[in-house]
Amino acid sequence: MSKDFTLSRRAALGGAVAAGAVIIAKPSVILAQTSDVIRFGHLTPRTGFLGPLGEYGVMAADLAVEEINAAGGVLGRKLEILKEDSVNPQTASTKAERMVERDKVAAIIGEISSASCLTIAQVAQRTKTLYINTGGNSDALRGTNCSKYMFHVESQNSMYVKTCGRSLMAQGLVQGKKWFSLTADYAFGHDLLKVAKRFMEGAGGQFAADKLVPTDLTDFSALLLEIRNARPDLVIANLAGNQITNFLKQYSEFGLQFPVGGFGFDTALAWAAGKENFIGTWPVVWHHLIDTPNTKKFVAAFTAKYRKPPENQAWGDYLAVKIFAQSMNELKSTDSAKIIEHWEKGAKFDVMKTREGYFRARDHQMMHEMFTVSGVGAKAPNQWDIFAASPAVPAANESLEVIASTAEENECKMA
Amino acid sequence: MSTLFLQHLANGLLDGTYYLLIALGLSLIFSLGGIVNLAHGAFYAVGAYLTVLLGPHIGFGGALFVSPLLVALLGVAFERLLFQRFYRSDPILSLLLTFGLALVAEQTLRMIFGAPPLSYSIPSWLRGQIFLGDFIYSRYRATLLLIAATCVALIWLLLNRTAFGRVVKAGVQNPDMVGALGISLSPYMMTVAGIGIGLAGLAGVLLAPIYSIHPAMGQDIITPAFVVVVIGGLGSFWGVVVAALLVGLVKGATIGLGYPQWSTAVIYLMMLLVLLFRPRGLFGERIQRFE
Repeated sequence: MSKDFTLSRRAALGGAVAAGAVIIAKPSVILAQTSDVIRFGHLTPRTGFLGPLGEYGVMAADLAVEEINAAGGVLGRKLEILKEDSVNPQTASTKAERMVERDKVAAIIGEISSASCLTIAQVAQRTKTLYINTGGNSDALRGTNCSKYMFHVESQNSMYVKTCGRSLMAQGLVQGKKWFSLTADYAFGHDLLKVAKRFMEGAGGQFAADKLVPTDLTDFSALLLEIRNARPDLVIANLAGNQITNFLKQYSEFGLQFPVGGFGFDTALAWAAGKENFIGTWPVVWHHLIDTPNTKKFVAAFTAKYRKPPENQAWGDYLAVKIFAQSMNELKSTDSAKIIEHWEKGAKFDVMKTREGYFRARDHQMMHEMFTVSGVGAKAPNQWDIFAASPAVPAANESLEVIASTAEENECKMA
Repeated sequence: MSTLFLQHLANGLLDGTYYLLIALGLSLIFSLGGIVNLAHGAFYAVGAYLTVLLGPHIGFGGALFVSPLLVALLGVAFERLLFQRFYRSDPILSLLLTFGLALVAEQTLRMIFGAPPLSYSIPSWLRGQIFLGDFIYSRYRATLLLIAATCVALIWLLLNRTAFGRVVKAGVQNPDMVGALGISLSPYMMTVAGIGIGLAGLAGVLLAPIYSIHPAMGQDIITPAFVVVVIGGLGSFWGVVVAALLVGLVKGATIGLGYPQWSTAVIYLMMLLVLLFRPRGLFGERIQRFE
């Protein structure tokens, strides 16, 4: 076989591969121009320490889209969702921009990192595209950094702190008590600590110690020894992602007996700690054991599809997709201005809890019930139902706003 | 010295032991084959996942033996199929290979087991604490220290008291000479890779009950382990041991003195100092082919 022939065959093959690549890459460009689909953009961390939670959001968003399409889609058109790993704030911003400019998405959904929420919100504001934050907790996103085009189904830190704080007060762990606090040393932790301190000072307790913990710390033994020596009335762990799991496992390993609590939590972390190790009082925005028809339906559908129950991050992304679809169908429009007006007027949504929720016009925070969960120990029936939950907070006779930050605590001037 | 400070030192020692189990393998594979194994952390993760998988069937005790063995076999397979092709090539190629391998391994774990962390608890027979006056230590960690120390001792014996070890040490210094003497290094490389990677698997088993088990867990440990190898110096068994324990102790002391936020930075600072004043590492040998 001559050398020339081999080369030309290679060239031909190369050409064919290149042509194939163009065809593979092209559909998104072609699709972007068709009008028979409505497209949402979904951005959330799928790698890194928030990745495990992000994956729940992705699964839930897929499920929501499936259900919406089975029920006739949005404005009679098929709903499509473009999902990307947001990686970090810079990448999140670039990807959000591409979703809006190239893929012409009607809305953006997602996130867990508050820093990425902020950069996506900036793109949303500039391009007048609506964005629902499904997992960023920072109060600043609803305060100094609030934005007309950003809404939040995820609760703010203040809501988490006040919900859990009520439960701790009821257990007599606040007034006149000493807390030993561990805080993840980054924006989320600092914001949470600030809110926690405000709560603690108002409620007559004090901090015995207040330790900042590097986000890459995996071994807590040294801190556990300090906790043991300080003999606090309560240990508050405001840690990041997997750190909570590590902390709980090691807390049980060292046999410490002080009550534990924290203001930032996800049920996936309790599941990862396991029923032998999961203890303490923690706030959640939603959990899979809520006794309402829609939660039951969601849990059943999710478990059937993914062979495990949804965790709270799944709830946020599922709900955000559903809310967008519902509002667009009701308004017969995908126009951001119309949707903002509708939501700011106090449109109510079934948020799968006992009461309906609504977006507060002042800061676009979803007003809805929260819960606290505590471990039930080895008597848990299986690896998922390892906690018992409080009744909804606030109580039925209270305004939903009592747990949210006040205008003075967290001022928002919408641009 | 207060008991608390001593406790921090004891914890630092334990930290050092984790690093040691990972760093020993890294150092062995690099010294002999010239391969910087960025996928080493992935084998550690595989060890932990195997424990979760096997634990319910053969118990933690069984997994303690079976998982590292399976990981070692996996290591041997990778060495035969991939690593051995790169022993003589530009280090950048093996760096790319193992970096890619680490990504593939992480994603494979994510596809099989899902992204959310899995749970595994200390078996009931190892639960509990040891009290010595004011001093408190977890019984599990004490067991872990004992197992790690035994492994390190066995490896030292293997390298220093056996014919196998003599060939390996000669191979580190001068592979061509070993070849000229009619000894093929290939089976030695395979065994060393198996042992080194098996150790990473063992670390995965030992840490599964106290750390969270997630697909990216290998990334958490690989960096400090590299720092240990750099500080200790290549080709030196005791260099790695001393560096690992030193890093652990300095970390523990930093926390004990009240600066926990510096506990991570301090190990990089140590690496910087060592690189400035002893670029070959604390006990690094002069290895011809790396000069």
